[in-house]
Amino acid sequence: MDKREYQWAWLMVLPVVLIVAFSAIMPLMTVVNYSVQDIFGPGSRFFVGTEWFKEVLRDPALHGALIRQIIFSAAVLVIQIPLGIALALCMPKKGPWVSVALVLLALPLLVPWNVVGTIWQVFARPDVGLAGVAINSLGFDYNYTGDPIDAWFTVLVMDVWHWTSLVILLCYAGLQAIPDAFYQAARIDGASRWAVFRYIELPKLKGVLLIAILLRFIFSFRIYAEPFVLTGGGPGNSTTFLSQSLTTMAVGQFDLGPAAAFSLIYFLIILLFSYVFYLTILNMDREG
Amino acid sequence: MSLMLEGIHRSVGGEMFLEDINLTFERGEFNVLLGLTEAGKTTLMRIMAGLEPPNSGRVVEDGTDVTRTPVRKRSVGMVYQQFINYPSLSVYDNIASPLKLAGLSKTEIDQRVRTEAERLGIDHLIDRLPSELSGGQQQRCAMARALVREAKLVLLDEPLVNLDYKLREGLRSELRNLFADRDTVVVYATTEPEEALILGGKTTVLHEGRVIQHGITAECYRHPANTTVTQVFADPPMNLMPVEVVDGHLLVEGLLRAPLPAHMRDLAPGHYTLGIRPHHLFVHAADGLIPLHGQVEVAEIAGSVTYIHVEVNGRDWVIEERGVHAVHPGEQFDLYLDPARAYAFDSADQLAAAPMTQSE
Repeated sequence: MDKREYQWAWLMVLPVVLIVAFSAIMPLMTVVNYSVQDIFGPGSRFFVGTEWFKEVLRDPALHGALIRQIIFSAAVLVIQIPLGIALALCMPKKGPWVSVALVLLALPLLVPWNVVGTIWQVFARPDVGLAGVAINSLGFDYNYTGDPIDAWFTVLVMDVWHWTSLVILLCYAGLQAIPDAFYQAARIDGASRWAVFRYIELPKLKGVLLIAILLRFIFSFRIYAEPFVLTGGGPGNSTTFLSQSLTTMAVGQFDLGPAAAFSLIYFLIILLFSYVFYLTILNMDREG
Repeated sequence: MSLMLEGIHRSVGGEMFLEDINLTFERGEFNVLLGLTEAGKTTLMRIMAGLEPPNSGRVVEDGTDVTRTPVRKRSVGMVYQQFINYPSLSVYDNIASPLKLAGLSKTEIDQRVRTEAERLGIDHLIDRLPSELSGGQQQRCAMARALVREAKLVLLDEPLVNLDYKLREGLRSELRNLFADRDTVVVYATTEPEEALILGGKTTVLHEGRVIQHGITAECYRHPANTTVTQVFADPPMNLMPVEVVDGHLLVEGLLRAPLPAHMRDLAPGHYTLGIRPHHLFVHAADGLIPLHGQVEVAEIAGSVTYIHVEVNGRDWVIEERGVHAVHPGEQFDLYLDPARAYAFDSADQLAAAPMTQSE
């Protein structure tokens, strides 16, 4: 290939580069710009270097939010991935019930995120909500607005309700793609149901599970609307996650410098975790 | 070990897949199950393996009725069209898996796995994962897995279909040797007549869920029981033409009138179907050939041979001619038929006369 062809290639890629520059890189650079300056108003700004980053990294409120965020995402993955696989295995493989099941599963995914919060806020209310009243009538003292454990429980159940469908649908598609001959071969070998899962279904699902874990991690790590509507981050700040702290800082207190520094750190954390997940799963695949 | 199928019927939801199958397979034989797609080959194999029960009929193994015995209590190895291996296990563990489930000792497993891998020429790949192998190697691994347990019955369901031409030839030529000294009933399903002829042994021709011929492969080819066999067990299929036998002559109104060849002398007058293989039609006149006339539809040049499709008296015929021949669609065309090589099927569609078997 000669040099001229390379130049042509660059020209052809240019529109994409421009779009990405406008939609992603330039806004990101604005944030970078804010993160190294103290801004009082138009024309009145000072360069502060890494000062904001140091401040943000020392902030105990943010440490708390980060720890809660990690626990939340870990809980989401630990619950939703196995549950999603299990439910996908229970799905009908063919027949009229397939479409019924698929539509039912897709429903929670179609609800706007803040509406999910509203639904659960009403559903779980201890005075008038169906679930809240039911749990209290069973003898549990349940009140998600007053008790941090109850609030965590509600946020987790809500997220499971909202997002497990995604894992199920991905796994279901993966399972459907396994040729029937694999199951026959296993039957001929005399393999148990567990062996079929462990040595055929799970390895064949590796690809979709990688996607499911990545998506669920990224989405759960950025969660904002649902807990904000449901608990407002409370009681206290027990369900305040990173994005809500960030919003409070940027919009509530208008601390643009620290908020910008914080969002960059936030972004890097997600990038780092995602990359680690990606490498781990890729490695698992290689080792088998 | 022998495997006997008695009056097997299989239908699902009103759709008939197999009808009245009666067959016996002996050990040490290589059995080819030949039929077009949807002929019922796979269903029959599934019933033989015990993966699926027949609606009626019996599967008898060495005198014991095993019709309702589940597959895990049978002794079966199966190879599929797709390359079926456990994706997360190495080649070694894949081959070892049926032995481990059978509870053999470690040393015996090790010895048998290595022997089998060597026979299939994958002993140097034993630590790899299936995904790191080529298609041909993956299928070798799957075959080793099916063979290693020394099963009484080995079923191969079009195992070479997904391999490319060269690999297919290589593996096919090894197949007979792989089974040569085994105490096993081997059944090999294929859609390709050529494969059946190369593999030899015995052939069962299936068509729309019925056995239409069963016997030694070369015999089936030389004496096709009816015209359906000539279409299934030949590629390109045999050319057919309705003819009349009148006072010692073959007669097709407006096409041919020729004295009966020696092997058809005994045919009673009446209506027959004449069959002639594409390579017994010629483009040049010679002694003893009957001239015919047709119109060229298309010509396929396949290297050393040319397939000339000709419309003869309203029938689509194929001529297989050595070398490259340039003919043009629509062209009027003279062809020559060797009557000594022609078949005749009676009005009940049964073979009435076949050429003498000296050289095929």
